[in-house]
Amino acid sequence: MQTALRTSLAETERASRANFAPTSRVLREERPAPISGLPLGIRALRKSYGDNEVLRGIDLHIAAGQFVAIVGKSGCGKSTLLRLIAGLEKVDAGSVSFGDAVKPEDIRVMFQEPRLLPWARVLSNVEVGLGRDRASSDAHLRAEKALTEVGLADKREQWPSVLSGGQKQRVALARALVSRPRVLAFDEPLGALDALTRISMQRLLERVWRDQGFTAILVTHDVSEAVALADRVLVIEDGRIAHDVTVNVARPRERGSVELASLEGSILSHLLSADDRT
Amino acid sequence: MSLIDSVSLPRSIRLPRVDGLVQWIVPLAIIAIWQVASITGFVPTRVLPAPSDVALAGWKLLLSGELVRNIWVSFWRASTGFLIGGSIGFAFGLANGLSQLSARLTDTTLQMVRNVPHLALIPLVILWFGIDESAKLFLVALGVFFPIYLNTLHGIRTVDPQLIEMGRIYGMSDGELFRRVIFPGALPSIFVGIRFALGIMWLTLIVAETIAASSGLGYMAMQAREFMLIDVVVLSILIYALLGKLADSASRVLERLTLSWHPAFQKR
Ligand SMILES: Nc1ncnc2c1ncn2[C@@H]1O[C@H](COP(=O)(O)OP(=O)(O)OP(=O)(O)O)[C@@H](O)[C@H]1O
Ligand SMILES: [Mg+2]
Repeated sequence: MQTALRTSLAETERASRANFAPTSRVLREERPAPISGLPLGIRALRKSYGDNEVLRGIDLHIAAGQFVAIVGKSGCGKSTLLRLIAGLEKVDAGSVSFGDAVKPEDIRVMFQEPRLLPWARVLSNVEVGLGRDRASSDAHLRAEKALTEVGLADKREQWPSVLSGGQKQRVALARALVSRPRVLAFDEPLGALDALTRISMQRLLERVWRDQGFTAILVTHDVSEAVALADRVLVIEDGRIAHDVTVNVARPRERGSVELASLEGSILSHLLSADDRT
Repeated sequence: MSLIDSVSLPRSIRLPRVDGLVQWIVPLAIIAIWQVASITGFVPTRVLPAPSDVALAGWKLLLSGELVRNIWVSFWRASTGFLIGGSIGFAFGLANGLSQLSARLTDTTLQMVRNVPHLALIPLVILWFGIDESAKLFLVALGVFFPIYLNTLHGIRTVDPQLIEMGRIYGMSDGELFRRVIFPGALPSIFVGIRFALGIMWLTLIVAETIAASSGLGYMAMQAREFMLIDVVVLSILIYALLGKLADSASRVLERLTLSWHPAFQKR
Protein backbone atom coordinates (compact mmCIF):
# COMPACT_ATOMS: atom_id res chain seq x y z
CA MET A 1 0.00 0.00 0.00
CA GLN A 2 2.84 2.29 0.86
CA THR A 3 4.49 1.82 -2.51
CA ALA A 4 1.23 2.36 -4.31
CA LEU A 5 0.83 5.58 -2.40
CA ARG A 6 4.24 6.74 -3.40
CA THR A 7 3.80 6.18 -7.12
CA SER A 8 0.43 7.84 -7.22
CA LEU A 9 1.83 10.80 -5.33
CA ALA A 10 4.66 11.13 -7.78
CA GLU A 11 2.22 10.88 -10.64
CA THR A 12 -0.05 13.61 -9.38
CA GLU A 13 2.92 15.81 -8.75
CA ARG A 14 4.26 15.34 -12.22
CA ALA A 15 0.87 15.84 -13.75
CA SER A 16 0.19 18.95 -11.77
CA ARG A 17 3.52 20.47 -12.61
CA ALA A 18 3.19 19.72 -16.30
CA ASN A 19 -0.39 20.74 -16.82
CA PHE A 20 -1.35 23.22 -14.22
CA ALA A 21 1.58 25.32 -13.25
CA PRO A 22 0.91 28.11 -15.79
CA THR A 23 -2.83 28.03 -15.15
CA SER A 24 -2.36 28.27 -11.43
CA ARG A 25 -0.20 31.35 -11.79
CA VAL A 26 -2.85 33.04 -13.92
CA LEU A 27 -5.53 32.08 -11.46
CA ARG A 28 -3.60 33.40 -8.53
CA GLU A 29 -3.24 36.76 -10.19
CA GLU A 30 -6.96 36.83 -10.84
CA ARG A 31 -7.79 36.47 -7.18
CA PRO A 32 -9.82 37.62 -5.37
CA ALA A 33 -12.28 37.65 -8.25
CA PRO A 34 -15.20 35.40 -7.31
CA ILE A 35 -14.49 31.83 -8.24
CA SER A 36 -17.44 30.00 -9.62
CA GLY A 37 -18.20 26.34 -9.29
CA LEU A 38 -17.31 23.78 -11.91
CA PRO A 39 -19.89 21.76 -13.83
CA LEU A 40 -19.51 18.04 -13.47
CA GLY A 41 -20.24 15.38 -16.04
CA ILE A 42 -20.32 11.69 -15.29
CA ARG A 43 -20.80 9.21 -18.08
CA ALA A 44 -21.44 5.46 -17.82
CA LEU A 45 -19.41 5.26 -14.67
CA ARG A 46 -18.74 1.78 -13.34
CA LYS A 47 -16.87 0.55 -10.35
CA SER A 48 -16.57 -2.85 -8.76
CA TYR A 49 -14.57 -4.29 -5.92
CA GLY A 50 -13.84 -7.87 -6.88
CA ASP A 51 -17.19 -9.49 -7.64
CA ASN A 52 -19.07 -6.72 -5.96
CA GLU A 53 -20.43 -4.45 -8.68
CA VAL A 54 -20.97 -1.28 -6.71
CA LEU A 55 -21.71 1.25 -9.44
CA ARG A 56 -23.28 -0.08 -12.63
CA GLY A 57 -23.43 2.86 -14.93
CA ILE A 58 -23.96 6.28 -13.45
CA ASP A 59 -24.89 9.06 -15.83
CA LEU A 60 -25.09 12.46 -14.31
CA HIS A 61 -24.68 16.09 -15.13
CA ILE A 62 -24.35 18.64 -12.38
CA ALA A 63 -24.53 22.30 -13.29
CA ALA A 64 -21.87 24.68 -12.02
CA GLY A 65 -22.64 25.88 -8.55
CA GLN A 66 -25.47 23.46 -7.95
CA PHE A 67 -26.01 21.85 -4.56
CA VAL A 68 -26.69 18.15 -5.03
CA ALA A 69 -27.46 15.67 -2.31
CA ILE A 70 -26.99 11.94 -2.74
CA VAL A 71 -29.02 9.52 -0.64
CA GLY A 72 -29.39 5.78 -0.69
CA LYS A 73 -29.30 2.90 1.67
CA SER A 74 -26.11 1.93 3.40
CA GLY A 75 -23.61 0.20 1.15
CA CYS A 76 -25.22 1.35 -2.09
CA GLY A 77 -22.05 3.07 -3.22
CA LYS A 78 -22.51 6.71 -2.25
CA SER A 79 -19.06 7.03 -0.76
CA THR A 80 -17.62 5.16 -3.71
CA LEU A 81 -19.21 7.62 -6.13
CA LEU A 82 -17.87 10.53 -4.13
CA ARG A 83 -14.39 9.07 -4.01
CA LEU A 84 -14.44 8.55 -7.75
CA ILE A 85 -15.51 12.16 -8.27
CA ALA A 86 -12.72 13.35 -6.01
CA GLY A 87 -10.22 11.16 -7.81
CA LEU A 88 -9.45 9.05 -4.76
CA GLU A 89 -10.26 5.83 -6.59
CA LYS A 90 -9.70 4.76 -10.17
CA VAL A 91 -12.75 4.36 -12.37
CA ASP A 92 -13.25 0.94 -13.96
CA ALA A 93 -15.16 2.31 -16.93
CA GLY A 94 -16.79 5.55 -17.95
CA SER A 95 -15.60 9.02 -17.10
CA VAL A 96 -15.79 11.88 -14.67
CA SER A 97 -15.10 15.26 -16.20
CA PHE A 98 -15.16 18.83 -15.06
CA GLY A 99 -15.90 21.64 -17.46
CA ASP A 100 -12.43 23.05 -17.10
CA ALA A 101 -8.86 22.03 -16.51
CA VAL A 102 -8.71 21.45 -12.79
CA LYS A 103 -5.97 21.89 -10.27
CA PRO A 104 -5.91 19.54 -7.29
CA GLU A 105 -6.89 22.46 -5.06
CA ASP A 106 -10.11 22.94 -7.02
CA ILE A 107 -11.70 19.80 -5.66
CA ARG A 108 -11.96 19.19 -1.96
CA VAL A 109 -13.54 16.46 0.10
CA MET A 110 -14.85 16.50 3.62
CA PHE A 111 -15.40 13.25 5.46
CA GLN A 112 -17.45 12.14 8.40
CA GLU A 113 -14.27 12.17 10.48
CA PRO A 114 -12.57 15.56 10.65
CA ARG A 115 -9.15 14.00 9.95
CA LEU A 116 -7.27 16.82 11.62
CA LEU A 117 -3.61 16.39 12.43
CA PRO A 118 -3.64 16.04 16.23
CA TRP A 119 -0.09 17.41 16.44
CA ALA A 120 -0.77 20.59 14.53
CA ARG A 121 -2.55 23.60 15.96
CA VAL A 122 -5.89 24.55 14.48
CA LEU A 123 -4.43 27.23 12.23
CA SER A 124 -1.73 24.92 10.82
CA ASN A 125 -4.39 22.34 10.18
CA VAL A 126 -6.29 24.85 8.09
CA GLU A 127 -3.09 25.80 6.25
CA VAL A 128 -2.76 22.18 5.15
CA GLY A 129 -5.76 22.88 2.93
CA LEU A 130 -3.83 25.34 0.82
CA GLY A 131 -2.15 22.48 -0.99
CA ARG A 132 0.85 23.68 -2.92
CA ASP A 133 0.25 27.24 -1.74
CA ARG A 134 1.12 26.24 1.82
CA ALA A 135 4.51 27.86 1.61
CA SER A 136 3.27 31.17 0.20
CA SER A 137 3.57 34.29 2.29
CA ASP A 138 -0.16 34.88 2.67
CA ALA A 139 -0.83 31.33 3.86
CA HIS A 140 -1.41 32.47 7.45
CA LEU A 141 -3.75 35.21 6.40
CA ARG A 142 -5.82 32.99 4.15
CA ALA A 143 -6.07 30.31 6.82
CA GLU A 144 -7.19 32.87 9.35
CA LYS A 145 -9.84 34.14 6.97
CA ALA A 146 -11.16 30.65 6.45
CA LEU A 147 -11.25 30.10 10.21
CA THR A 148 -13.16 33.32 10.67
CA GLU A 149 -15.59 32.15 8.05
CA VAL A 150 -16.49 29.11 10.14
CA GLY A 151 -16.50 31.19 13.34
CA LEU A 152 -13.45 29.68 14.98
CA ALA A 153 -10.92 32.49 14.72
CA ASP A 154 -10.41 32.44 18.49
CA LYS A 155 -9.41 28.78 18.46
CA ARG A 156 -6.50 29.22 16.08
CA GLU A 157 -3.82 28.34 18.62
CA GLN A 158 -5.61 25.34 20.14
CA TRP A 159 -4.77 21.68 19.71
CA PRO A 160 -7.53 19.80 17.90
CA SER A 161 -7.96 17.44 20.85
CA VAL A 162 -9.53 20.17 22.97
CA LEU A 163 -12.23 20.99 20.40
CA SER A 164 -15.73 19.56 20.41
CA GLY A 165 -16.87 17.29 17.58
CA GLY A 166 -18.72 20.11 15.87
CA GLN A 167 -15.78 22.47 16.19
CA LYS A 168 -13.43 19.88 14.73
CA GLN A 169 -15.75 19.48 11.78
CA ARG A 170 -15.80 23.25 11.33
CA VAL A 171 -12.00 23.29 11.26
CA ALA A 172 -12.14 20.55 8.63
CA LEU A 173 -14.57 22.72 6.70
CA ALA A 174 -12.23 25.69 6.94
CA ARG A 175 -9.40 23.52 5.69
CA ALA A 176 -11.53 22.42 2.74
CA LEU A 177 -12.56 26.00 1.99
CA VAL A 178 -9.22 27.71 2.31
CA SER A 179 -8.06 26.86 -1.18
CA ARG A 180 -11.30 28.26 -2.59
CA PRO A 181 -12.35 24.97 -4.18
CA ARG A 182 -14.71 24.91 -7.12
CA VAL A 183 -16.16 21.53 -6.23
CA LEU A 184 -16.69 20.50 -2.64
CA ALA A 185 -17.73 16.92 -1.91
CA PHE A 186 -19.09 16.01 1.51
CA ASP A 187 -19.32 12.44 2.74
CA GLU A 188 -21.78 12.55 5.63
CA PRO A 189 -19.87 15.40 7.23
CA LEU A 190 -22.49 15.84 9.92
CA GLY A 191 -23.15 12.18 10.56
CA ALA A 192 -21.46 12.11 13.93
CA LEU A 193 -22.94 15.32 15.33
CA ASP A 194 -25.84 15.85 17.68
CA ALA A 195 -29.10 17.24 16.33
CA LEU A 196 -28.57 20.87 17.33
CA THR A 197 -24.98 21.05 16.16
CA ARG A 198 -26.12 19.41 12.96
CA ILE A 199 -28.64 22.12 12.23
CA SER A 200 -26.20 24.93 12.88
CA MET A 201 -23.63 23.15 10.70
CA GLN A 202 -26.22 22.78 7.96
CA ARG A 203 -26.81 26.53 8.09
CA LEU A 204 -23.06 27.10 7.95
CA LEU A 205 -22.70 24.82 4.93
CA GLU A 206 -25.50 26.56 3.14
CA ARG A 207 -24.05 29.98 3.90
CA VAL A 208 -20.53 29.23 2.69
CA TRP A 209 -21.95 27.55 -0.37
CA ARG A 210 -23.97 30.66 -1.20
CA ASP A 211 -21.03 32.96 -0.47
CA GLN A 212 -18.49 31.04 -2.49
CA GLY A 213 -20.55 29.47 -5.22
CA PHE A 214 -18.76 26.14 -5.42
CA THR A 215 -20.49 23.06 -6.74
CA ALA A 216 -21.55 21.06 -3.70
CA ILE A 217 -22.10 17.31 -3.58
CA LEU A 218 -23.40 16.08 -0.26
CA VAL A 219 -23.75 12.43 0.65
CA THR A 220 -26.08 12.03 3.58
CA HIS A 221 -28.19 9.49 5.43
CA ASP A 222 -30.57 12.16 6.53
CA VAL A 223 -33.23 12.83 3.92
CA SER A 224 -34.49 15.93 5.74
CA GLU A 225 -30.97 17.32 5.57
CA ALA A 226 -30.87 16.55 1.86
CA VAL A 227 -34.08 18.38 1.06
CA ALA A 228 -33.22 21.28 3.38
CA LEU A 229 -29.91 21.97 1.68
CA ALA A 230 -29.92 20.68 -1.86
CA ASP A 231 -31.22 21.96 -5.17
CA ARG A 232 -31.50 18.37 -6.24
CA VAL A 233 -31.61 15.02 -4.50
CA LEU A 234 -30.32 11.87 -6.18
CA VAL A 235 -31.38 8.46 -4.95
CA ILE A 236 -28.95 5.66 -5.71
CA GLU A 237 -30.26 2.14 -6.01
CA ASP A 238 -28.65 -0.98 -7.43
CA GLY A 239 -25.63 0.96 -8.58
CA ARG A 240 -27.65 3.43 -10.62
CA ILE A 241 -29.37 6.71 -10.08
CA ALA A 242 -32.94 5.58 -9.50
CA HIS A 243 -34.51 8.96 -8.79
CA ASP A 244 -33.53 12.50 -9.50
CA VAL A 245 -35.67 14.87 -7.46
CA THR A 246 -35.50 18.61 -7.92
CA VAL A 247 -36.11 20.65 -4.80
CA ASN A 248 -37.84 23.77 -6.02
CA VAL A 249 -38.11 25.54 -2.72
CA ALA A 250 -36.91 29.10 -2.37
CA ARG A 251 -34.09 29.89 0.05
CA PRO A 252 -33.80 30.57 2.90
CA ARG A 253 -35.80 27.46 3.53
CA GLU A 254 -37.94 27.02 6.52
CA ARG A 255 -37.09 23.78 8.24
CA GLY A 256 -40.13 21.59 8.76
CA SER A 257 -42.25 23.39 6.18
CA VAL A 258 -44.99 21.42 4.44
CA GLU A 259 -43.25 21.53 1.08
CA LEU A 260 -40.00 20.11 2.43
CA ALA A 261 -41.84 17.54 4.51
CA SER A 262 -43.80 16.19 1.54
CA LEU A 263 -40.64 15.99 -0.56
CA GLU A 264 -38.89 14.21 2.25
CA GLY A 265 -41.81 11.81 2.51
CA SER A 266 -41.75 10.89 -1.15
CA ILE A 267 -37.98 10.36 -1.18
CA LEU A 268 -38.21 8.23 1.94
CA SER A 269 -40.91 6.10 0.35
CA HIS A 270 -38.63 5.55 -2.68
CA LEU A 271 -35.90 4.40 -0.35
CA LEU A 272 -38.17 2.18 1.69
CA SER A 273 -39.83 0.54 -1.31
CA ALA A 274 -36.35 -0.28 -2.63
CA ASP A 275 -35.61 -1.77 0.73
CA ASP A 276 -38.74 -3.93 0.62
CA ARG A 277 -37.84 -5.27 -2.79
CA THR A 278 -34.49 -6.59 -1.63
CA MET B 1 0.36 21.40 46.37
CA SER B 2 -2.83 22.85 44.94
CA LEU B 3 -1.11 26.21 45.02
CA ILE B 4 1.73 24.97 42.87
CA ASP B 5 -0.71 23.15 40.64
CA SER B 6 -2.60 26.30 39.88
CA VAL B 7 0.48 28.08 38.62
CA SER B 8 0.15 27.72 34.88
CA LEU B 9 3.38 27.37 33.02
CA PRO B 10 3.57 28.75 29.49
CA ARG B 11 2.37 26.31 26.80
CA SER B 12 1.99 22.86 28.18
CA ILE B 13 5.62 22.36 29.04
CA ARG B 14 5.49 21.32 32.65
CA LEU B 15 8.83 20.80 34.20
CA PRO B 16 8.73 17.97 36.71
CA ARG B 17 8.80 20.28 39.70
CA VAL B 18 5.77 19.18 41.67
CA ASP B 19 6.16 15.55 40.67
CA GLY B 20 9.84 15.95 41.43
CA LEU B 21 9.10 16.43 45.10
CA VAL B 22 6.32 13.92 45.48
CA GLN B 23 8.06 11.03 43.83
CA TRP B 24 11.07 11.22 46.17
CA ILE B 25 9.01 10.78 49.33
CA VAL B 26 8.96 6.99 49.19
CA PRO B 27 12.67 6.47 48.40
CA LEU B 28 13.64 8.91 51.15
CA ALA B 29 11.34 7.20 53.62
CA ILE B 30 12.86 3.83 52.75
CA ILE B 31 16.35 5.20 53.34
CA ALA B 32 15.28 6.64 56.69
CA ILE B 33 13.76 3.35 57.81
CA TRP B 34 16.83 1.51 56.60
CA GLN B 35 19.09 3.82 58.60
CA VAL B 36 17.06 3.28 61.75
CA ALA B 37 17.04 -0.48 61.20
CA SER B 38 20.83 -0.47 60.85
CA ILE B 39 21.47 1.66 63.89
CA THR B 40 19.23 -0.43 66.09
CA GLY B 41 20.95 -3.56 64.83
CA PHE B 42 17.77 -4.92 63.34
CA VAL B 43 19.63 -5.36 60.06
CA PRO B 44 23.23 -6.54 60.60
CA THR B 45 25.70 -4.34 58.76
CA ARG B 46 27.33 -7.42 57.23
CA VAL B 47 24.12 -8.00 55.34
CA LEU B 48 23.32 -4.41 54.56
CA PRO B 49 25.43 -1.47 55.66
CA ALA B 50 23.70 1.63 56.99
CA PRO B 51 22.95 4.36 54.44
CA SER B 52 25.34 6.60 56.31
CA ASP B 53 28.13 4.04 55.77
CA VAL B 54 27.26 3.86 52.12
CA ALA B 55 27.35 7.64 51.90
CA LEU B 56 30.70 7.66 53.68
CA ALA B 57 32.09 5.11 51.24
CA GLY B 58 30.78 7.24 48.43
CA TRP B 59 32.44 10.30 49.88
CA LYS B 60 35.80 8.55 50.12
CA LEU B 61 35.58 7.27 46.57
CA LEU B 62 34.55 10.73 45.47
CA LEU B 63 37.62 12.25 47.09
CA SER B 64 39.92 9.69 45.50
CA GLY B 65 38.36 10.51 42.11
CA GLU B 66 37.60 6.86 41.55
CA LEU B 67 33.85 7.29 41.76
CA VAL B 68 33.62 10.07 39.22
CA ARG B 69 35.91 8.22 36.84
CA ASN B 70 33.86 5.04 37.04
CA ILE B 71 30.55 6.81 36.71
CA TRP B 72 31.86 8.71 33.73
CA VAL B 73 33.11 5.54 32.06
CA SER B 74 29.77 3.81 32.57
CA PHE B 75 27.81 6.84 31.45
CA TRP B 76 29.94 7.16 28.34
CA ARG B 77 29.48 3.49 27.47
CA ALA B 78 25.76 3.67 28.04
CA SER B 79 25.17 6.79 25.98
CA THR B 80 27.50 5.88 23.14
CA GLY B 81 26.07 2.38 22.89
CA PHE B 82 22.57 3.82 23.05
CA LEU B 83 23.26 6.34 20.31
CA ILE B 84 24.82 3.77 18.01
CA GLY B 85 22.21 1.06 18.54
CA GLY B 86 19.36 3.55 18.72
CA SER B 87 20.22 5.29 15.47
CA ILE B 88 20.66 2.04 13.59
CA GLY B 89 17.37 0.76 15.01
CA PHE B 90 15.62 4.00 14.14
CA ALA B 91 17.02 3.93 10.61
CA PHE B 92 15.89 0.36 10.04
CA GLY B 93 12.50 1.14 11.57
CA LEU B 94 12.04 4.06 9.21
CA ALA B 95 13.22 2.15 6.18
CA ASN B 96 11.08 -0.89 6.87
CA GLY B 97 8.07 1.16 7.84
CA LEU B 98 8.21 3.25 4.70
CA SER B 99 9.40 0.78 2.11
CA GLN B 100 7.89 -2.60 1.41
CA LEU B 101 11.03 -3.68 -0.37
CA SER B 102 13.26 -2.86 2.57
CA ALA B 103 10.85 -4.59 4.95
CA ARG B 104 10.77 -7.72 2.85
CA LEU B 105 14.51 -7.69 2.59
CA THR B 106 15.42 -7.29 6.25
CA ASP B 107 12.47 -7.67 8.59
CA THR B 108 12.44 -11.46 8.81
CA THR B 109 16.17 -11.57 9.45
CA LEU B 110 15.89 -8.97 12.17
CA GLN B 111 12.98 -10.77 13.80
CA MET B 112 15.08 -13.91 13.87
CA VAL B 113 18.05 -12.19 15.45
CA ARG B 114 15.70 -10.61 17.96
CA ASN B 115 14.88 -14.00 19.41
CA VAL B 116 18.46 -14.49 20.51
CA PRO B 117 18.86 -12.93 23.97
CA HIS B 118 21.67 -10.50 23.39
CA LEU B 119 23.28 -11.29 26.72
CA ALA B 120 23.73 -14.85 25.52
CA LEU B 121 26.29 -13.43 23.14
CA ILE B 122 28.61 -12.34 25.96
CA PRO B 123 31.01 -15.29 25.62
CA LEU B 124 31.18 -14.76 21.89
CA VAL B 125 31.64 -11.03 22.28
CA ILE B 126 34.48 -11.56 24.75
CA LEU B 127 36.14 -13.89 22.26
CA TRP B 128 35.75 -11.26 19.54
CA PHE B 129 36.61 -8.09 21.38
CA GLY B 130 38.24 -9.22 24.63
CA ILE B 131 37.17 -6.99 27.50
CA ASP B 132 37.75 -3.99 25.34
CA GLU B 133 35.42 -0.95 25.19
CA SER B 134 33.97 -2.19 21.91
CA ALA B 135 32.63 -5.29 23.64
CA LYS B 136 30.45 -3.20 25.95
CA LEU B 137 29.40 -0.82 23.21
CA PHE B 138 28.48 -3.70 20.98
CA LEU B 139 26.31 -5.34 23.62
CA VAL B 140 24.56 -2.12 24.60
CA ALA B 141 23.98 -1.16 20.99
CA LEU B 142 22.58 -4.59 20.22
CA GLY B 143 20.29 -4.53 23.23
CA VAL B 144 19.01 -1.05 22.45
CA PHE B 145 18.55 -1.73 18.76
CA PHE B 146 15.48 -3.94 18.96
CA PRO B 147 13.09 -1.95 21.13
CA ILE B 148 13.77 1.13 19.05
CA TYR B 149 13.56 -0.71 15.77
CA LEU B 150 10.32 -2.48 16.65
CA ASN B 151 8.57 0.54 18.07
CA THR B 152 9.61 2.86 15.25
CA LEU B 153 8.36 0.30 12.76
CA HIS B 154 5.14 -0.21 14.67
CA GLY B 155 4.63 3.54 15.03
CA ILE B 156 5.01 4.16 11.33
CA ARG B 157 2.83 1.24 10.32
CA THR B 158 0.01 2.28 12.59
CA VAL B 159 -0.22 5.92 11.57
CA ASP B 160 -3.88 6.56 10.85
CA PRO B 161 -4.36 5.72 7.14
CA GLN B 162 -7.15 8.29 7.00
CA LEU B 163 -4.65 10.99 7.90
CA ILE B 164 -2.26 9.75 5.24
CA GLU B 165 -5.09 9.85 2.71
CA MET B 166 -5.94 13.35 3.88
CA GLY B 167 -2.34 14.44 3.36
CA ARG B 168 -2.36 12.95 -0.10
CA ILE B 169 -5.64 14.67 -1.00
CA TYR B 170 -4.20 17.96 0.11
CA GLY B 171 -1.23 17.51 -2.17
CA MET B 172 1.57 16.79 0.27
CA SER B 173 4.80 15.61 -1.29
CA ASP B 174 6.47 12.47 0.05
CA GLY B 175 8.77 14.51 2.24
CA GLU B 176 5.98 16.65 3.58
CA LEU B 177 3.79 13.65 4.23
CA PHE B 178 6.59 12.17 6.28
CA ARG B 179 7.38 15.34 8.16
CA ARG B 180 3.83 16.45 8.83
CA VAL B 181 1.91 13.19 9.17
CA ILE B 182 3.93 10.01 9.43
CA PHE B 183 6.74 11.02 11.76
CA PRO B 184 4.62 12.92 14.30
CA GLY B 185 2.14 10.08 14.22
CA ALA B 186 4.86 7.54 14.95
CA LEU B 187 6.50 9.62 17.66
CA PRO B 188 4.53 8.34 20.68
CA SER B 189 5.45 4.79 19.76
CA ILE B 190 9.08 5.77 19.18
CA PHE B 191 9.17 7.15 22.70
CA VAL B 192 7.86 3.89 24.08
CA GLY B 193 10.79 2.26 22.31
CA ILE B 194 13.24 4.75 23.78
CA ARG B 195 12.01 4.14 27.31
CA PHE B 196 12.26 0.39 26.85
CA ALA B 197 15.70 0.78 25.34
CA LEU B 198 16.93 2.85 28.27
CA GLY B 199 16.04 0.05 30.66
CA ILE B 200 17.80 -2.51 28.51
CA MET B 201 20.77 -0.19 28.15
CA TRP B 202 21.46 -0.18 31.91
CA LEU B 203 20.76 -3.85 32.31
CA THR B 204 23.17 -4.77 29.53
CA LEU B 205 25.84 -2.46 30.83
CA ILE B 206 25.64 -3.78 34.39
CA VAL B 207 25.97 -7.35 33.22
CA ALA B 208 28.74 -6.58 30.77
CA GLU B 209 30.71 -4.52 33.26
CA THR B 210 30.33 -7.12 35.95
CA ILE B 211 31.58 -9.90 33.74
CA ALA B 212 34.09 -8.27 31.48
CA ALA B 213 35.51 -4.89 32.35
CA SER B 214 38.45 -3.15 33.96
CA SER B 215 36.61 0.04 34.81
CA GLY B 216 33.10 1.34 35.29
CA LEU B 217 30.48 0.95 37.99
CA GLY B 218 29.96 -2.76 37.49
CA TYR B 219 33.68 -3.32 37.72
CA MET B 220 33.82 -1.20 40.87
CA ALA B 221 31.14 -3.35 42.44
CA MET B 222 32.93 -6.57 41.53
CA GLN B 223 36.23 -5.30 42.93
CA ALA B 224 34.50 -4.30 46.13
CA ARG B 225 32.98 -7.74 46.40
CA GLU B 226 36.40 -9.32 46.26
CA PHE B 227 37.57 -7.14 49.14
CA MET B 228 34.28 -7.62 51.00
CA LEU B 229 33.51 -3.87 50.81
CA ILE B 230 29.78 -4.32 51.01
CA ASP B 231 29.16 -0.57 51.36
CA VAL B 232 30.75 0.03 47.95
CA VAL B 233 28.69 -2.75 46.41
CA VAL B 234 25.51 -1.16 47.71
CA LEU B 235 26.75 2.23 46.57
CA SER B 236 27.21 0.97 43.02
CA ILE B 237 23.74 -0.48 42.98
CA LEU B 238 22.24 2.79 44.21
CA ILE B 239 24.13 4.78 41.60
CA TYR B 240 22.87 2.47 38.89
CA ALA B 241 19.35 3.07 40.14
CA LEU B 242 19.91 6.83 40.13
CA LEU B 243 21.38 6.87 36.65
CA GLY B 244 18.52 4.76 35.37
CA LYS B 245 16.04 7.13 36.91
CA LEU B 246 17.89 10.09 35.40
CA ALA B 247 17.75 8.62 31.92
CA ASP B 248 14.07 7.90 32.31
CA SER B 249 13.36 11.44 33.51
CA ALA B 250 15.28 12.89 30.58
CA SER B 251 13.18 10.89 28.14
CA ARG B 252 10.01 11.97 29.92
CA VAL B 253 10.92 15.64 29.64
CA LEU B 254 11.70 15.16 25.97
CA GLU B 255 8.40 13.37 25.55
CA ARG B 256 6.46 16.19 27.15
CA LEU B 257 8.18 18.75 25.00
CA THR B 258 7.54 16.96 21.73
CA LEU B 259 4.16 15.42 22.49
CA SER B 260 2.53 18.46 24.01
CA TRP B 261 -0.29 18.03 21.51
CA HIS B 262 -1.15 14.64 22.95
CA PRO B 263 -4.20 14.65 25.25
CA ALA B 264 -2.27 12.49 27.72
CA PHE B 265 0.29 15.24 28.16
CA GLN B 266 -1.99 18.23 28.33
CA LYS B 267 -3.65 18.22 31.69
CA ARG B 268 -2.05 16.25 34.43
N1 LIG C 1 -11.97 -0.39 -0.70
C1 LIG C 1 -12.97 -1.27 -0.85
N2 LIG C 1 -12.70 -2.57 -1.07
C2 LIG C 1 -13.68 -3.47 -1.22
N3 LIG C 1 -14.99 -3.17 -1.18
C3 LIG C 1 -15.32 -1.90 -0.96
C4 LIG C 1 -14.34 -0.88 -0.78
N4 LIG C 1 -14.96 0.30 -0.58
C5 LIG C 1 -16.27 0.02 -0.62
N5 LIG C 1 -16.49 -1.28 -0.86
C6 LIG C 1 -17.82 -1.92 -0.99
O1 LIG C 1 -18.57 -1.16 -1.87
C7 LIG C 1 -19.91 -1.07 -1.45
C8 LIG C 1 -20.32 0.39 -1.36
O2 LIG C 1 -19.57 1.03 -0.33
P1 LIG C 1 -19.76 2.54 -0.01
O3 LIG C 1 -18.80 2.86 1.07
O4 LIG C 1 -19.66 3.33 -1.24
O5 LIG C 1 -21.24 2.57 0.54
P2 LIG C 1 -22.06 3.81 1.09
O6 LIG C 1 -23.22 3.97 0.21
O7 LIG C 1 -21.18 4.97 1.28
O8 LIG C 1 -22.52 3.24 2.48
P3 LIG C 1 -22.75 4.06 3.84
O9 LIG C 1 -24.01 4.81 3.66
O10 LIG C 1 -22.90 2.98 4.86
O11 LIG C 1 -21.57 4.91 4.05
C9 LIG C 1 -19.98 -1.79 -0.12
O12 LIG C 1 -20.56 -3.06 -0.35
C10 LIG C 1 -18.56 -1.95 0.31
O13 LIG C 1 -18.38 -3.15 0.98
MG1 LIG D 1 -20.32 5.97 3.00
